[in-house]
This record gives sequence, C-alpha cells and structure tokens, in this order.
Amino acid sequence: MTNDEIKDLILEIIEDIDDEADFDNLNPDEPLRDQLDLDSMDFLDIVMELRKRHQLQIPEEDYPQLATLNSCVNYLEPLLKNA
Amino acid sequence: MPVPFSQTKDHYDLIVIGSGLGGLTSANRLAYCGHKVLLLEHHHRLGGLATWFKRNGHIFDISLHGFPYGMVKTCKKYWNREIMGSIVQLKNIVFDNPQFTLKTTFDKNDFTNILNTTFKIPLQTVHDFFTTVAGMNFYDDQSMTTRELFEQFFPGRTDVHRLLMEPITYANGSTLDDPAITYGIVFSNFMNRGVFTFEGGTDKLIQMMSDELEKNGVTICTKSKVDRIVVEKGKVRGVEVNGKVITAKAVVSNSGITNTIHNLTDRNCFSDEFLSRADAIRVNNSSCQVYMGIRDGERIADVGDLLFTSTAPEFDSAELLDIHTRSKTFSVYYPKTRPGHDRYTIVASMNGRYDDWTRLTDEEYQHEKEEMTARAIADLERYIPGVREKIDWLEAATPRTFNRYTLHTHGTSFGTKFEGLDISRTIFKEVPGLFHVGSVGIIMSGWLGAINYGVIVANDVDGYIRSI
Ligand SMILES: Cc1cc2nc3c(=O)[nH]c(=O)nc-3n(C[C@H](O)[C@H](O)[C@H](O)COP(=O)(O)OP(=O)(O)OC[C@H]3O[C@@H](n4cnc5c(N)ncnc54)[C@H](O)[C@@H]3O)c2cc1C
Repeated sequence: MTNDEIKDLILEIIEDIDDEADFDNLNPDEPLRDQLDLDSMDFLDIVMELRKRHQLQIPEEDYPQLATLNSCVNYLEPLLKNA
Repeated sequence: MPVPFSQTKDHYDLIVIGSGLGGLTSANRLAYCGHKVLLLEHHHRLGGLATWFKRNGHIFDISLHGFPYGMVKTCKKYWNREIMGSIVQLKNIVFDNPQFTLKTTFDKNDFTNILNTTFKIPLQTVHDFFTTVAGMNFYDDQSMTTRELFEQFFPGRTDVHRLLMEPITYANGSTLDDPAITYGIVFSNFMNRGVFTFEGGTDKLIQMMSDELEKNGVTICTKSKVDRIVVEKGKVRGVEVNGKVITAKAVVSNSGITNTIHNLTDRNCFSDEFLSRADAIRVNNSSCQVYMGIRDGERIADVGDLLFTSTAPEFDSAELLDIHTRSKTFSVYYPKTRPGHDRYTIVASMNGRYDDWTRLTDEEYQHEKEEMTARAIADLERYIPGVREKIDWLEAATPRTFNRYTLHTHGTSFGTKFEGLDISRTIFKEVPGLFHVGSVGIIMSGWLGAINYGVIVANDVDGYIRSI
C-alpha cells in the first residue's frame, strides 16, 4: 500500500466508527483523539479492524504509535508494504 | 432462539461461558469477526444480572436503574442502531436525606450549579474537581482513595461527600476507601450527560441482543451450566457440560473471575504467584431489592425516576451495607418505561452483605425479608402517600437470591475490587486460550463497563485465535 492508501484506509475505518467524523480540517500531525473526539475504545476498534482486514497483529505497547494520522502511516507502512 | 444443548456440535472456534452483558458482547464481537461461537448460559434466559421477571402482569427490572450516556455510542458500535435508538434520559434524580433534599439531572452543569449555589462551594473548586476526575485513567496511580480525593477538594464537607458518593456506591459498590480513580472514572461517565435508561425494558434489550447474536451466527444454549474448563498440556481445550466435552481454540468465561479460577479451572494450571494474587481478590458487595407492583388501573404521581433516600445522619459506606440500613434507592417505573404496557412498578434497592444473609436460619431469613419489605413500603409512603393500598405484588431478593441466579461468589453484584482487573486481563498468559470477561476492578462493571470490557476482551481473543 502507498502512504496515501494507508491514510485512506485509516480514515475509512474511522468513518465506520463515527459517521459524523469531520476530516476537513484534520491536521495529520496532531493527535486524532483530540481532533475527532475519539476515545480509547475507538482506538481498539481501529486495531481490531486492521486485524480483520489485513491480518495485522498490533501489540498493546504499540497503540501509542497510532496517535496521529502521520504516525499511523509511518507505523503501518512497513507492515502493509505488500498489502 | 436458544437451541437445546443436545444439538451442539463437538467443536467451535470459541466458547463463551455465561451470557451477562460482558459475555453477550464478546460473543457478538467475535462472531462479527468471523469466528464460530458457542454461548452457554446456566440460567433459562440470557442477560445475567441484566434481567427481569414477570408476576401478576407486572414486569420487574433488576438492574435497569440507570447507566451513563456512553451507552449510546457503545450500543451503536458494538450492537446496532435499533438498540442505540431506545436509550432515553431519566431527567428527575432525587436526593432526600437529613443533610439535604434536591432534584437534579445528574450532569456536570447541574452539579456545578448545585455545588455552587446550594452547597456554597467556590466555582473554581468545583471546576478543579471536575477536571481532576475527568482526567483519571485506570492505569494512573491508585494510591489515593476516594476519601482523600474528597478531603482534598471539600474538606470536612460530609454533605458534599454524600452527594458525590452515595449514587456511585449504589452504582458499583465502591466505598470511600477504594482507589479514587475507580470513583473518578465512573462518576465522570455519569456527569458527561446524566442518567439514561432503556425504553422498553431489560426484556426488550435482551431480545434485541439475542436477535443480533443470531444474525451473526452465534449458537446459543441456555440451561447449560459449564462444570469445568478443560485444559490440556497447559492450553485450553474446551469445556465440559453435563459430562459432554466440547472443544474450542479459546474459552471466554463470563462467570465471575473468582469462580473461573477456583471452581471451573484446575488450580494446577496456574502458577503459584498468580494464584496468590487471585486468592487475594476481594469481591464487591451484593444487593437486596424489594419489588412493588401497582395494581392495574391505579396511578401514582410523578415523584422522580430515581430517588436516593436515607434517614441516616451522614453518608457511611458501612451503614449502606448493614442488613438494617436506613438508606435505599427507589427506581420508579412509570408507563413510559414500557410504552404500551400501562403499568407502574417500584424497585427499592439496597447494598447488602452475603454473610449477613447466609448465617440466618430459614425462619430468621424469612423474618428479615419481611422486615426489609415493610421498611421499604414505609419509606416509600413518605414520597407516595397511600401507595401501600395500591400495591398488589410484593417480593424481595437478597444476596442469596443473586448468588442462586448468577452463581457469583458471595452473590457479588458488581464483580471485584480493583485488583480483580489485572487478574482478569492476564489470565490468558497463565493458560493460553483462557480469557475472562465480566465485572472486575469496579470500573469494568455496570452495563456500560461490562459491554465495553466485552469488546476489549474480544480483541484479545481475536488476536490470540488468529495467531495460533
Ligand atoms: C441489584 C443490581 C442493580 C444494578 N443496577 C445497575 C444499573 O442500574 N446500571 C448499571 O449499569 N449496572 C447495574 N448493575 C450492575 C450490572 O447489572 C452488572 O455489572 C452487569 O450486568 C454484569 O455483567 P457481567 O458481564 O459481569 O455478567 P453477569 O451479569 O454477572 O452474568 C454472568 C452470567 O454468567 C452465567 N454463569 C456463571 N457461571 C456459569 C457457568 N458455570 N456456566 C454457565 N453460565 C454461567 C450466569 O448465570 C450469568 O448469566 C446492577 C447490579 C445489581 C445486582
């Protein structure tokens, strides 16, 4: 997957979680949590969805790497290289 | 629809033991993730403590007194939109005790106002208190107790302590000596928007959940008590019910954590270090309830939805647990609870200790039950004069009742104290494939806590199954 595809994937998953999420003013370097009103349960949903769609196992200690859109991309890029 | 146990297959991807809200939610999530799930429940109906019973045309709810607004999002994400759509607010929460009498919507705005104008607490202090509790996380330092938290912000103000603590003690059995974080997390959840309920009643909710499970392909068997979790070569192999072994890659126990470790699993499967921590788990208190049905055709005035009442001079965790406590909540269910079912019911709830009720002889037990029922009616008369004459069904439940229906250790209503959370979260590291879901650690209890915990555990289980 390219970086843009990974970005789209994350946004698509977030949209499934919260169909009212507004991505227009999203700053990719600011925590998603603060901008989109996501809580820790929502992050768990993202982890579960990534496992379901791409068989990715993300250990709990790596959850902080999913904080911003750009950190998601950096973290997932090597894992989704061949996806 | 549940199927007879005789129709179960010999193998599933995973088995869930118990159909409390935690077990139901784990089963639903895991089926949604594509696994073949078998759900086994000992009782004849699903729901665990989220239950009801019918008498004389009345429907009595056991644990539908109120939950936080977070249920809306949680039900939407982990169940479905129809379930979410039935969640409505309870707007009239009443406090009545020798220190104060007031009515509130039980949310941050109203509480800020009450604390400031009625209790004369400076706004800045109220604000700082709310900011502190809202910022609490379960992994934070837990050395501070709720008592210390209250003393820090409202020193010597036993009236304020009562306002802040009494509802939470009923909601999860916690006391002033439990970690402040357990208080802060639960209290903040409620303060977010107030108290909510499920329109249509518990029976409707559980029916909707049952339909959703069926849609997702979960096989459900009621009247199926798991006698043993089968472990082979250090790993989970399945469960045994009535002599039949059913195998699975993973087992999720929604039986109490203490039951799961001490009664369902061979102790030799666990390390000594784990067992010593598990043996030290304290369970929360149990409950007593008095169910009152108003005769068909009679009406009662609107006196509030949830009434926290007490004639004890001050709030005292021990007083609330006493077998003769003078503190109780009344949940008043008006016809709006179940639109179309034009009935009024009232449930009085008290906290209670299992030991106080099991040490009684049968005769003493009946006597104490009758006394408790009489006290409940006398107290209710203060709010609804003449109600006694309108009641046509009366029944009481004690910690013995809760133990009988859920099998929970000491009939615990709200799982375990804080230490139970870590044991529940790490049990699969001791026995690969064995997971626990259900009320633990105070914060993972209540309808919202149990459902969210069901999701958290489902994530662990899904990760495990996909890694083997
Ligand atoms: C009186 C009372 C009032 C309450 N009021 C509220 C309220 O107003 N709001 C709120 O949010 N929460 C309330 N609660 C708490 C809430 O009901 C519980 O925290 C929640 O429902 C617990 O869910 P759970 O997943 O832990 O499982 P439980 O409901 O405890 O269910 C466990 C299930 O496992 C089954 N089981 C156990 N062992 C076995 C076995 N060996 N084989 C098969 N099945 C087994 C039991 O039969 C049971 O069905 C109340 C609780 C009580 C007791």
